[in-house]
Amino acid sequence: MQAFDYASARTVDEAVSLLAQHGERARILAGGTDIIVQVREGRRSVDLLLDIKKIPEVNQLSYDPINGLRIGAAVPCYKIYEQAEIATAYPGLIDAVSLIGGIQIQGRATLGGNLCNASPAADTIPALIVLQATCLIAGPQGTREVPVERFCTGPGRTILQRGEFLLSFHLPPPQKHSGARYLRFIPRNEMDIAVVGVGASAVLNEAHTRFVSARIALGAVAPTPLLAVEAGEILAGKEISEENIQRAAEAAQAIARPISDMRGTAAYRRHLVGVLTRRALQGAIQRAKKEA
Amino acid sequence: MSKKVQVQARINGEEVEFLCEPRQSLLEVLRDELGLTGSKEGCNNGNCGACNVIMDGVLVNSCLVLGVEIQGKEITTIEGLAGPEKLHPLQQKFLEYAALQCGICTPGFIVASKALLDKNPHPTEQEVRYWLAGNLCRCTGYDKIVRAVLAAAEVDHEGRR
Ligand SMILES: Cc1cc2nc3c(=O)[nH]c(=O)nc-3n(C[C@H](O)[C@H](O)[C@H](O)COP(=O)(O)OP(=O)(O)OC[C@H]3O[C@@H](n4cnc5c(N)ncnc54)[C@H](O)[C@@H]3O)c2cc1C
Ligand code: FES
Ligand code: FES
Repeated sequence: MQAFDYASARTVDEAVSLLAQHGERARILAGGTDIIVQVREGRRSVDLLLDIKKIPEVNQLSYDPINGLRIGAAVPCYKIYEQAEIATAYPGLIDAVSLIGGIQIQGRATLGGNLCNASPAADTIPALIVLQATCLIAGPQGTREVPVERFCTGPGRTILQRGEFLLSFHLPPPQKHSGARYLRFIPRNEMDIAVVGVGASAVLNEAHTRFVSARIALGAVAPTPLLAVEAGEILAGKEISEENIQRAAEAAQAIARPISDMRGTAAYRRHLVGVLTRRALQGAIQRAKKEA
Repeated sequence: MSKKVQVQARINGEEVEFLCEPRQSLLEVLRDELGLTGSKEGCNNGNCGACNVIMDGVLVNSCLVLGVEIQGKEITTIEGLAGPEKLHPLQQKFLEYAALQCGICTPGFIVASKALLDKNPHPTEQEVRYWLAGNLCRCTGYDKIVRAVLAAAEVDHEGRR
């Protein structure tokens, strides 16, 4: 592997100033499950890996039903699913964090790394988008907040500017009669990259007969994960029926811009978007009904 | 070459101090600097689990941890499992069940299984299979490995170090 320097920041300011100083030549090291492989394989070259895991803000993990969930960018996956209260409140997020790699990867891989690596197929991004998660970003000018769906700008590219890094995520508390589900299609049972991934969330009326609102997000079918705005809007106020779910699935298929590669052809991926959107919506509805 | 960094950690219960370059993985440090060659390199990219170690109680791939990151941490490798007199029950059962052939994957499977049994002493077969999904074996086949882990879970806890 190429030579590089290592630094471990203890405060947000220290990290920001090191990042501002080194620009593109510095990368953050969180769980290392993407960046170490990329540097070793020569797919990325760096002068400095900046370890953020000793900064208190990136290790936060707190939930309460009024303020919702705050997850530091460097919290590894296993810590999220091992907290029973969080697992109960956000099963749609747990769907995604518990299928990243195997147990060994989940011991290190973080939500922040999954988002900042900006892979079109990253599993947690569609789940975060349908849960209306926002990113808190620290930088030379202080902090700013952006919705997750605006964070990625292309494969491996994000809105982060020089000196900026991701501090944490915030998820609003789950509403009554709401549920979410993330599903991905892979040819094996475990340890694979999504051919297509779909997240869905739904808020139902008290009688559980209608959608109040819904959100659908797609992975691995465009240069970035996508919020399928129209597919969600179609369902707002509508009756829960096979027909309406099918219309939403078609709207999701319409915005997918998949490519053909070794994992599947574009046509196959488009078909999968329809199937997974229906199933993810049905899963979200089922969970919402249990939340009565 | 960047400057070597001094690191202190606890490995298999012993305080150790070593110098390493930031680019060296924990796996390289264990094998090349500390002579602990039990942990194996299969893929060097996180997919095979042959390099598995337990870091502060958490199962990780040592090929995806930098040596410099273990400052102040506690690491258990395959060398830390057997007692002075006898093998760890997992090692014993892997032998009894012939759960290895070439043996390259074995340290990783055993360390991963130890992390499982530490957390969940009586796992179901399905739990064992999912837990070990990040470990690859190219010769034995997984069934004997799963049987060996389930048998080790039956061994009285007194028998374990
Ligand atoms: C065997 C294996 C299986 C995998 N399986 C899956 C899978 O099923 N699904 C999936 O989605 N991914 C998978 N991955 C990819 C990877 O594990 C995830 O993307 C993981 O979430 C990355 O997190 P990390 O903390 O390890 O990131 P790192 O490698 O530490 O960082 C990733 C990138 O993000 C940047 N970064 C990290 N944190 C921040 C921050 N706070 N602010 C700014 N930039 C930051 C880094 O500089 C780097 O460029 C797999 C990887 C391996 C090796
Ligand atoms: S050598 Fe580390 S996972 Fe294969
Ligand atoms: S025994 Fe040879 S790889 Fe498993």
